[in-house]
Amino acid sequence: MSAAEATLVEAVAVAPLAVDSLVKRFGAVTAVDGVSLELRAGECFGLLGPNGAGKSTLIRAVAGRVIPDSGQVAVFGSAAGSRQARAALGWVPQELALYPRLSASENLHSFGRYNGMRGKELEDSVAWCLHWASLEDRAGELTRNLSGGMKRRLNMAAGLIHHPRLVLLDEPTVGVDPQSRNRIFEMIEALRAQGMTIIYTTHYMEEAERLCDRIAIVDHGRIIALDTREGLVRASFGERSQVTARFAGPEDAIRAWVEARGGRMTGTTAEFTVEHPAEIGALLEASSAAGFGLVDVSLRRPNLESVFLHLTGRELRD
Amino acid sequence: MILPIVRTAITAMRRDRASLALSFILPISFFAIFAVIFGSSRTSTPRVSLIVVDQDRSPASRDLIAGLESEGSLSVRTAPPARKGAPAPQPYTAATAEAAVKTGDVSVALIIPGGFGAHPVSFGPDAKGTQIELLNDASDTIAPQMVNGLLQKAAMTAMPLDMAEQGMKYTEEYIGTFTPEQRKRMDDNLEDLRKTLSGRATGSGSPQEFSGLIRVDQRAVVGENKNNPMVSFYAAAIGVMFLLFTASGSAGSLLDEAESGTLDRVLSSRINMTGLLAGKMLFNTMLAFVQLTVMYLFAWSVFKVDFFSHIPGFVVMGLCTAVAVAAFGMALASVCKTRAQLGALSTLLILTMSAIGGSMFPRVMMSDALKRAGLWTLNAWAIDGFTKVFWYDQPVVTLWPQVTVLLAAAIVLFAVARRLARRWEFA
Repeated sequence: MSAAEATLVEAVAVAPLAVDSLVKRFGAVTAVDGVSLELRAGECFGLLGPNGAGKSTLIRAVAGRVIPDSGQVAVFGSAAGSRQARAALGWVPQELALYPRLSASENLHSFGRYNGMRGKELEDSVAWCLHWASLEDRAGELTRNLSGGMKRRLNMAAGLIHHPRLVLLDEPTVGVDPQSRNRIFEMIEALRAQGMTIIYTTHYMEEAERLCDRIAIVDHGRIIALDTREGLVRASFGERSQVTARFAGPEDAIRAWVEARGGRMTGTTAEFTVEHPAEIGALLEASSAAGFGLVDVSLRRPNLESVFLHLTGRELRD
Repeated sequence: MILPIVRTAITAMRRDRASLALSFILPISFFAIFAVIFGSSRTSTPRVSLIVVDQDRSPASRDLIAGLESEGSLSVRTAPPARKGAPAPQPYTAATAEAAVKTGDVSVALIIPGGFGAHPVSFGPDAKGTQIELLNDASDTIAPQMVNGLLQKAAMTAMPLDMAEQGMKYTEEYIGTFTPEQRKRMDDNLEDLRKTLSGRATGSGSPQEFSGLIRVDQRAVVGENKNNPMVSFYAAAIGVMFLLFTASGSAGSLLDEAESGTLDRVLSSRINMTGLLAGKMLFNTMLAFVQLTVMYLFAWSVFKVDFFSHIPGFVVMGLCTAVAVAAFGMALASVCKTRAQLGALSTLLILTMSAIGGSMFPRVMMSDALKRAGLWTLNAWAIDGFTKVFWYDQPVVTLWPQVTVLLAAAIVLFAVARRLARRWEFA
């Protein structure tokens, strides 16, 4: 083995997560189709994609709960599912994987014991989790009596009870109200501040943009783009911006005019990509000349939704 | 607005085809099982196993035994069953026959004493017929009466020579040549017999005074000092049946956890599937043992079952039964995909096992074929073990067949559960 190869092996060995050419099929459906990625220590890595894109299967493969058809997954250098990998990993599944007839505190104690914790270490960890999830005053409440948001937070806390070095958060905000969602964001930001490595799957673009250092866009089991938010936008749109406008006038005529100028209609809204914001003036003059009245107009940098649309031709939430 | 509710319910029911099928199979199965049990008992009486010890070895005793052997409802043994390759076993003695009744091998043993041939039959209150000893297990109230009746029948039908000889003897002894004095004596005897019969009718006579042609001295060698023979039986019988229900219900938590995703989370911790199943089985074993203990304490406090004199046997049988039913529950939960399936399948299997295995009515009342079928159930082995402990007062060491079978069943069932649980391990 050359020195360069040895360095590479060492780098892979210490990576929080290394996925290499992972393939997983369920019958005729290929849920994960040759995914490769590597996480950096301390980053929050987003897996963004629509429902059914293969995000959860990828996460379950990392947690060792899915046997790949081919490819490899290593958690801090240990094979996924191995004892070392399981100890290093905190998995927060999409489902509320809790004991409903146990209290919040009892749930945390149970999962702590399942991970080999005892005594003061366990008590301290339970106390930290309850504090982190803002559930200290509901510690004795039966889980089934907690609100949806509280259950979600407890579900997250149960995944962190054993102080993992890598946390898998599989759509942790599904079904929660905006207030609880914000509380969950604060919890995740607190983890980031501690330098914990996180994988965060979501189909909400705003969440990925807010929380993630790097984002992989997943579609049909493949990673179709992987970079920082800015990197993804730049790769798809360069320095261009998006103009959205609504016009008054015959619908068909507006549509024809928009498409003739390289834009597209989404509902009643016309979207254009411009190299420079100053191009808006010329666009509006042309619309006026075509006989359309301007209802409203806005200029914005493309977001991840735009990137997904650009890459797949579909809306992220299709 | 009612029909949409019906339509939704039908659609939902059709989704779980297994439980739908079981909901039809269940009543049909039970109908078939009970039809077999009770239908066969109407056409053929269960055979009573009977040990006969011939201490007399006279022509009369041999005739009597032959008469009993010809009875289709009796299975007469004069020696223990021969084992393959072993020398022919020695005939039963009075002691070994009594031991066989005490250990529950048979419910009734007859001991024909020496001298029976000289006075095989007896008439009247001063009859001189030799008494045959009937040893019985008090828990079986039917078998001794049946044997006694068939014994009298055998005397009438299988011993014509003895009857004639004895008749002549009694004629000479009581009637002579029918002189007026003899006539008076005969009339007196007939009068005595009438009085005896009328005394029996009003319930004032002793059962020993007129008990047929052959005098029988009945003695319960098991359970004579016990309160209620059926209570200790039903404590085990009902206890095991409900233990099975509890164990399968408790094991159903596996299905709940699989559905909620908790199982996945547990398996992503340090706990593997074997550990998870073993932990659940240990809990279910403890639960079953506590249930049994509470049941027997209740039987002790209310029905005076002698619980505290049988603690070692109870602990051995209780633990073996508990571990077997716990493993049964785990295997059943591993087979099923939904709670509804588990409910239907467990009801079907447990009630079937309980019917055949003696939890609903004693196996002694069943045909030989059903008795053999019962040996495939946990109920039968558990009930046999508890009966040995609480009814026959047998030492713990004699429980080895029941212990072996129940533990072996537990191991096999746990292995089945572990194998089937692989579907939850990895996708």
